[in-house]
Amino acid sequence: MKKDIILAGVGGQGILTIATIIGTAAVEEGLNLKQAEVHGMSQRGGDVQSHLRLSDQPIFSDLVPEGKCDVILSIEPMESLRYLPYLAKDGILITNSTPFINITNYPEAEMLEKMLANVKNHIVINADEIAKGIGSARAMNIVMLGAAVKHLGLPMENFENAVKTVFGRKGEAVVESNIKALHAGRENAENNAK
Amino acid sequence: MKKLLLLGDEALAQGAIDAGMSGVFAYPGTPSTEITEYIQVNEDAIKRDIHRTWASNEKTAVEAAVGMSYAGKRTMCCMKHVGLNVAADAFMNSAFVGANGGNLIAVADDPSMHSSQNEQDSRFYAKFAMIPCLEPSSQQEAYDMAFYGLDYSERVKLPIMVRLTTRLSHSRAGVIRKEMLAENEIKLPEDPDQFMLLPSYSRAKYKKLIKLQDELIKTSEESPFNSYEAGEDKSLGIIACGLAYNYVKEVFDGGKSPYPILKICQYPLPKNMIHKIMNECDRILVVEEGQPIVEEMLKGYMPNDKIRGRLDGSFSRDGEINPNKVMAALGMANTTGEAIPENVVGRPPALCVGCPHIDSFNVLNDVLEEHGKGHVFSDIGCYTLGYLPPYNAIDTVLDMGASITMAKGAADAGLFPAVAVIGDGTFGHSGLTGLADCIYDETNVVVVILDNATTGMTGGQNYCIEGRLEDICIGLGVEKEHIRVVTPLKKNHEENVKVFREEFDYEGVSVIIPRRECIQTLAQKHRTAKVTK
Ligand SMILES: Cc1ncc(C[n+]2csc(CCOP(=O)(O)OP(=O)(O)O)c2C)c(N)n1
Ligand code: SF4
Repeated sequence: MKKDIILAGVGGQGILTIATIIGTAAVEEGLNLKQAEVHGMSQRGGDVQSHLRLSDQPIFSDLVPEGKCDVILSIEPMESLRYLPYLAKDGILITNSTPFINITNYPEAEMLEKMLANVKNHIVINADEIAKGIGSARAMNIVMLGAAVKHLGLPMENFENAVKTVFGRKGEAVVESNIKALHAGRENAENNAK
Repeated sequence: MKKLLLLGDEALAQGAIDAGMSGVFAYPGTPSTEITEYIQVNEDAIKRDIHRTWASNEKTAVEAAVGMSYAGKRTMCCMKHVGLNVAADAFMNSAFVGANGGNLIAVADDPSMHSSQNEQDSRFYAKFAMIPCLEPSSQQEAYDMAFYGLDYSERVKLPIMVRLTTRLSHSRAGVIRKEMLAENEIKLPEDPDQFMLLPSYSRAKYKKLIKLQDELIKTSEESPFNSYEAGEDKSLGIIACGLAYNYVKEVFDGGKSPYPILKICQYPLPKNMIHKIMNECDRILVVEEGQPIVEEMLKGYMPNDKIRGRLDGSFSRDGEINPNKVMAALGMANTTGEAIPENVVGRPPALCVGCPHIDSFNVLNDVLEEHGKGHVFSDIGCYTLGYLPPYNAIDTVLDMGASITMAKGAADAGLFPAVAVIGDGTFGHSGLTGLADCIYDETNVVVVILDNATTGMTGGQNYCIEGRLEDICIGLGVEKEHIRVVTPLKKNHEENVKVFREEFDYEGVSVIIPRRECIQTLAQKHRTAKVTK
């Protein structure tokens, strides 16, 4: 088993939480893991990414080589495209469709849609709306994680356990809403793929 | 034992705690900050009451660590690469006095300048000071090197550098812990002259340090962190340093290289291993993160076709190494996928919405309108982003503390107005002496100290002179009536413009302190307050 994942977004959108949950889920499975994070300057509203590598074999590089990434999981549509050089030929791009616009030259909606449609394998869902729909707008990042579950090579149960571990400190209600978000994301992605 | 998932920084921190360290002395700076932050909240560190508060700057940190080593206890100091420039005097001399209790000097380099104003390779400093340097290739090695390094430091009686780079500092992997060691007892140096650098003593110490070099090389040759991996194809040998070793292994299926690989994670260079690979192989590819220090040593000055690396273009001269660069250097097929679509635009970092610096810049820009551009000497922090549109409010950045002294030099040259814009954290790090220079010379400068009550850029650390800015300025000799505190808010704009204008008009040293807390640390406080409620 080997999964190379790139998580993408804008500073402050919560990609490190996703990384921690996937990491926890992978450790439960007894897998090796390397996860390169971005700290510092670019956290101030700039583009951020995290390389996450899971394997039952030893992992050497902390960075995913270009052209070897199995899954790009992005919380922001334009950011998902920034990492295309990394995506393997049969890899999949999974992204939120809600743009985060903090720059003046952000591409037009139509252009963005076209660029995403050009990617061979892709799933695009509106995680912001889905999260609002289940009454927890803040769990948008977990909705996105849910959308990717099927492609991460780990059982759903591991992710549920990981959500409990990571959010446990914040109380039962927060855990519940995040598990709900996880399922909502998965269901939407499945419908979207049909 | 259960594996801990740790950043490279955290692995080194956990290693030092477990190896019986009694104190960390550090100044924040990406990518080194997480070493100390981990120790600050670690349960064992708290139980043992390991020293773990921030120092004023890197120089005071290194000196305090040497003091703790003098007292016989194990210690570590941490900083980013440019921090070692600030600490260089203490660092270089610490090699002369050596160590009593184990002393690790952890320096995190930032190749590709993800969060730094320059790119420099700290291994040069270790070589310069003639002390050993450890360069972990994995989180586990970072952990193990804390044990090895502290012990080695005590045996060889020298401080030991640990050199990290961004990708290891900020990458997480499983780490297996060892049994925790007890701390050392206080024990003064056996030789009362050890920490005395009068010239006559220094001359003897320098000879001793030179004589020690052969022993350091021998230890590198026997180091568990340096290894020689045999390979069938001797047309090429690969020398892979630190983290670059992983990138080399990555490009071969299952990590099995057809070429011999010499992995180097401890310096000075292991001479006999270098000889072996040089004799065995037709050509040598040196893969190292940072500047081509090993390559240059092997290549020498005269033309030499055998050694490949950054100098002959096998790798770019600057920036980080990665697996794809290694593939290219080895002539392997490029695996890269689709290009980034043209319409994907850059998203540079920016000041947070609601940041107090924004209001200060707006005031400054209004006042400077009548004087034109080129008058604002600034410094390093979140406010450096004020150079970018829409603010375009500052003109220079050099190094921490340089705003005040550059403004002074320009004022001495006759430039009017000469304005320094410096953060409160940076003022505490190295602004005080510059202000003292201005007072001494009665220079006509306006010093704006942006007081957001934190070290924002590096994630919101406390700093040593917090809450005492006015008293310090008065103490340094600034006249009370020319220390002006304002609140940077939109509604105060006109009033603040007036204050700035008055101080621009005053001929002498003025200090203006726009004071409002960083909204990130403020939000953080609200969150913690909520959790503890
Ligand atoms: C010698 C050195 N040490 C550390 C750093 C890392 N660093 C960058 S900015 C900064 C301080 C920022 O604090 P402050 O001046 O209060 O400005 P703020 O970011 O809060 O606006 C530090 C420590 C550095 N660039 N150089
Ligand atoms: S972190 Fe604080 S100081 Fe830095 S830009 Fe944001 S609000 Fe301003």
